[in-house]
Amino acid sequence: MSSTSKGLFGSSLARKYWMAVTGLFLCTFLVGHLFGNLQLFVLGEEGRLAFNAYGHFMTTFPLVKILSYLTYISILLHTVDGIMLARQNRAARPVGYVKEKQSVNASWASRKMALLGILTLFFIIVHMKSFWYEMHFGVLGKDSNGNKDLWTLTVTAFEQWWYATFYVVAIIGLAFHLSHGAQSAFQTLGVNHPKYTPIIKNVMTAFAWLIPAGFIAVAVFLYVAQPGQNL
Amino acid sequence: MALDSKIPAGVLADKWTKHKGEIPLVSPANKRLIDVIVVGTGLAGSSAAASLAEMGYNVKAFCFQDSPRRAHSIAAQGGINAAKNYQNDGDSVYRLFYDTIKGGDYRSREANVHRLAEVSRNIIDQCVAQGVPFARDYGGLLDNRSFGGVQVSRTFYAKGQTGQQLLLGAYSALNRQIAKGRVKMYARHEMQELVVVDGKARGIIAKNLVTGEFERHSAHAVLLCTGGYGNVFFLSTNAMGSNVTAAWKAHRKGAYMANPCFTQIHPTCIPVSGENQSKLTLMSESLRNDGRIWVPAQKEDAEGIRSGTLHPNDIAEEHRDYYLERRYPAFGNLVPRDVASRAAKERCDAGYGVNKTGEAVYLDFAAAIMRYGAEEAHVKGVKNASDADIKALGEKVVEAKYGNLFQMYEKITASNPYKEPMMIYPAVHYTMGGLWVDYNLMTTIPGCFALGEANFSDHGANRLGASALMQGLADGYFVAPYTVGEFLSKDIRTGTISTDSKEFEEAEKLVRERTDKFINNNGTKSVDYFHKRLGKIMWNEVGMARNEKGLKQAISDIKALREEFYANVRVLGSANGMNPELDKAGRVADLMELGELMAKDALERNESCGGHFREEYQSEEGEALRDDEKFTFVSAWEFTGVPAEANLHKEELTFENVELKTRSYK
Amino acid sequence: MDLTLKIWRQEGPQTKGEMKSYPIAGVEEDMSFLEMLDYLNEQLIDQGIEPVVFDHDCREGICGMCSLFINGEAHGPSRKITTCQLHMREFKDGDTIYIEPFRAKAFPIVKDLMVDRSAFDRIQRAGGFISVNTSGNTIDANAIPVPKEDADKAFDAATCIGCGACVATCKNSSAMLFASAKISQFSLLPQGQPEAKERVLNMVNQMDLEGFGNCTNTGACEVECPKGISLENIARMNRDYLLASLSSNK
Repeated sequence: MSSTSKGLFGSSLARKYWMAVTGLFLCTFLVGHLFGNLQLFVLGEEGRLAFNAYGHFMTTFPLVKILSYLTYISILLHTVDGIMLARQNRAARPVGYVKEKQSVNASWASRKMALLGILTLFFIIVHMKSFWYEMHFGVLGKDSNGNKDLWTLTVTAFEQWWYATFYVVAIIGLAFHLSHGAQSAFQTLGVNHPKYTPIIKNVMTAFAWLIPAGFIAVAVFLYVAQPGQNL
Repeated sequence: MALDSKIPAGVLADKWTKHKGEIPLVSPANKRLIDVIVVGTGLAGSSAAASLAEMGYNVKAFCFQDSPRRAHSIAAQGGINAAKNYQNDGDSVYRLFYDTIKGGDYRSREANVHRLAEVSRNIIDQCVAQGVPFARDYGGLLDNRSFGGVQVSRTFYAKGQTGQQLLLGAYSALNRQIAKGRVKMYARHEMQELVVVDGKARGIIAKNLVTGEFERHSAHAVLLCTGGYGNVFFLSTNAMGSNVTAAWKAHRKGAYMANPCFTQIHPTCIPVSGENQSKLTLMSESLRNDGRIWVPAQKEDAEGIRSGTLHPNDIAEEHRDYYLERRYPAFGNLVPRDVASRAAKERCDAGYGVNKTGEAVYLDFAAAIMRYGAEEAHVKGVKNASDADIKALGEKVVEAKYGNLFQMYEKITASNPYKEPMMIYPAVHYTMGGLWVDYNLMTTIPGCFALGEANFSDHGANRLGASALMQGLADGYFVAPYTVGEFLSKDIRTGTISTDSKEFEEAEKLVRERTDKFINNNGTKSVDYFHKRLGKIMWNEVGMARNEKGLKQAISDIKALREEFYANVRVLGSANGMNPELDKAGRVADLMELGELMAKDALERNESCGGHFREEYQSEEGEALRDDEKFTFVSAWEFTGVPAEANLHKEELTFENVELKTRSYK
Repeated sequence: MDLTLKIWRQEGPQTKGEMKSYPIAGVEEDMSFLEMLDYLNEQLIDQGIEPVVFDHDCREGICGMCSLFINGEAHGPSRKITTCQLHMREFKDGDTIYIEPFRAKAFPIVKDLMVDRSAFDRIQRAGGFISVNTSGNTIDANAIPVPKEDADKAFDAATCIGCGACVATCKNSSAMLFASAKISQFSLLPQGQPEAKERVLNMVNQMDLEGFGNCTNTGACEVECPKGISLENIARMNRDYLLASLSSNK
């Protein structure tokens, strides 16, 4: 046996490991994010103060800062790696089929991961511009506790039908992305066992739909309740 | 030339060890100076190429397929015999030797067969060390099954894909040597001519099937591991590409062809369904363990079934003729292959066949399903089980045993063998005959060796189940790599053989002319048209039952067909580049000559033995009559220009360790 | 039955190919798919048209030589069989059937429907073997017991016929199912352990060099594989490679 292997960098398998690891990390991020969002169900001044306090904590507490940098890096790595893999995959079949029935042997989501990923990336950029950027660099009012009023920024955004709609559509896209990605990450990392894999698949599929459902619920609630108007 | 089989003197059991010890060795430094060509990469070819390369020779290996892994050894289903006696049922090297000699109807060489039985044990050790995943029992040790014609369990298997697993094992050994640069692999290459220099085989002309180019390859020895020639019948269980060209070219250059008429017809194949059929599919012999073979006892019923007005399940038990159980009560459905095949033909010829062509018999699992079902109900404690319950339970058991075969049958025939009996008919499967070789596996051309199915040596007139894989690997791993030493040890000073000699020149010229002739022929009929006609002649006259009149007819018919072929075959396209029709034309041309020789051999052998049944030589009950007094010899044919005018050389067979007996399965 | 065949015709590796249409009448439902192509070729020869070139050999689903992408699927619409085992009764009178070669950069076209799959051989040569000499007396076959479950799994992986349907089906032209089947076979057996790390590293490396794509776990390969090779093998390879990379000295 000859050649030295590329090990954890460069080989196609290694790229997939990074996709899986960053993907799974971003899944945990989603859980945290959702728990924050759930606070928006609390209406009125009470909810506003609590949410803004939470926002302050999330942008200043050192451990959370480390996690958020990890999140940025993961998003970046996941994106760059994903694009490189997709390009390589495209190059692996320079001439395509005239007739191809992909739907009979693979799920729609599993075949559209790159597309769904790009949609999600676009959403993340818009989303970060709307909230993250404003929170860090924008001019925000302060609430009675002296915290930046992220709450008002948030609820007013979701009170607009087009923003809420965009958000819901994007999250549905994310759900499809997760429906394949979340469970397939385990396969990529070599976790496949006749006894446990069915459980992993069920749990991760539930995750893929329930977490986005939570995000959507918050968005729909804000649109319907119009808390900014009723304050 | 007188035939010298070079069987070593001495006690049978010591011959091989003694001989192996006396073969001159070639030193490692000298092996590097010696080139060996291996044609074919089935079990024999892959294993020989790997072993020779490992020993230090420079090996070039050739196969016509796109990868060495695709050779037709891969299709063998049942298993491989070895005298390991793991089951403690009294098996031994001697018993395996004896069973093989008897199964071959006393027409094989004692010394070769004993050697085969000896090395059979090494094969299993070797394959397991290579990672071949044989079936195992719950203790983690190797499992065995029993096979037709023997009374011990000595067959090692990997479900119904033993050939595949063994070939992939040999392929992996070959790959290891290719990776080391010890073997140079030429896939999609076909040998077109043997080059003989100063009376020795010194190279081949090979065609690159992708580019159409002819290449000269020289070597100090050429090993032909090119399989059998069952495709002379057009329809057989062989692969579409299986052919006799390499062996036939050697025959034309002076290698004798031995016992070409010994053909094995396998009793359990899926029957022919129509004129466009290209290939016959085997249903494993293991099915006969549980299936009962029958045809209707009354002709009206058979006619009803053929016309579609009757269904086999409608025929009452007493109106069924379980003819094997009737004729051979001792062995019943488990008689050897040749006996089972002839019995099926006899019933169909008499008008009892059951498919629309009238050439099929039933293999019925209904009784086995009910028997297993009842057992299962008992085991599971089901009280008062209904017939339907028992049937359902039984079907599960049968599915566990034969599920993949039943599924394959249903895919091909669209009939469900759980619900109605399978239809089967005999088909050409294996050829015991082949190039004549001495004890060292060398043909009558010095330096040209033949291994595996391509030679004639070990199976006599009939091969036992699970012995073909054994022979291929024995020859390739454990016999030829040593025995070539006797020839090659004289070549350490020869140096590289030049490919610029006039012999190479002439051989290449011959090949080019042949190719150009086909391309420029401008005939009107396709190659397959002629191949099918050849197949019909062979099947009707040189098939399961032969007679003098038919054989003479076959010889003249094949001659006429050959002339028509050369006058009227149409091969489109060019000689440059990939042209499968052109390649097929060359193969069929050689099969036509071989077919004629087979008929000639069958005509000269005035006895019935093993796979060769002459209607004139049978008992009143229709059993084969061997003639040991006149025919205990190997017919080795020397090419003289016209196949039917070949010269016969006889190698007398002497049996010092077994007594010649009439095979009886009654 | 009467059919319209749309077949990819391409003179050679460097020339441009195209789909050509051939009407064919009198196809019988008992014909296998390849016999139907034989039948077409006979008619083409009669008309003086060069017959369609396609790979085939054993015609019983085990040699792995036949390929073809039929109506958008590797080995056609039926499951767990190769093209040679597909029968015309799966189609009906008047159907149009698209017949294309297996497509991948690593499987260049030789002619018409025939492709070059030697990349698979090269992956095997990179480590798809156990380094044992063929002396035949290394160790007695029963000296190392292998748990039946492992032996059966190794067998299941080893039944891969190397046809390339996984690559042809995969939207990324990935050869992971193929490579992982061989790696798994040896990974599951004690005989394969001494070289296990080297094997997985080298075979994956060769697979990448050949220009195959990456696995995105769509599972299409498992569905279309005529031998039902399990995705479990890919996971095993992923695991083995990860562990080998982490612990390798190179």
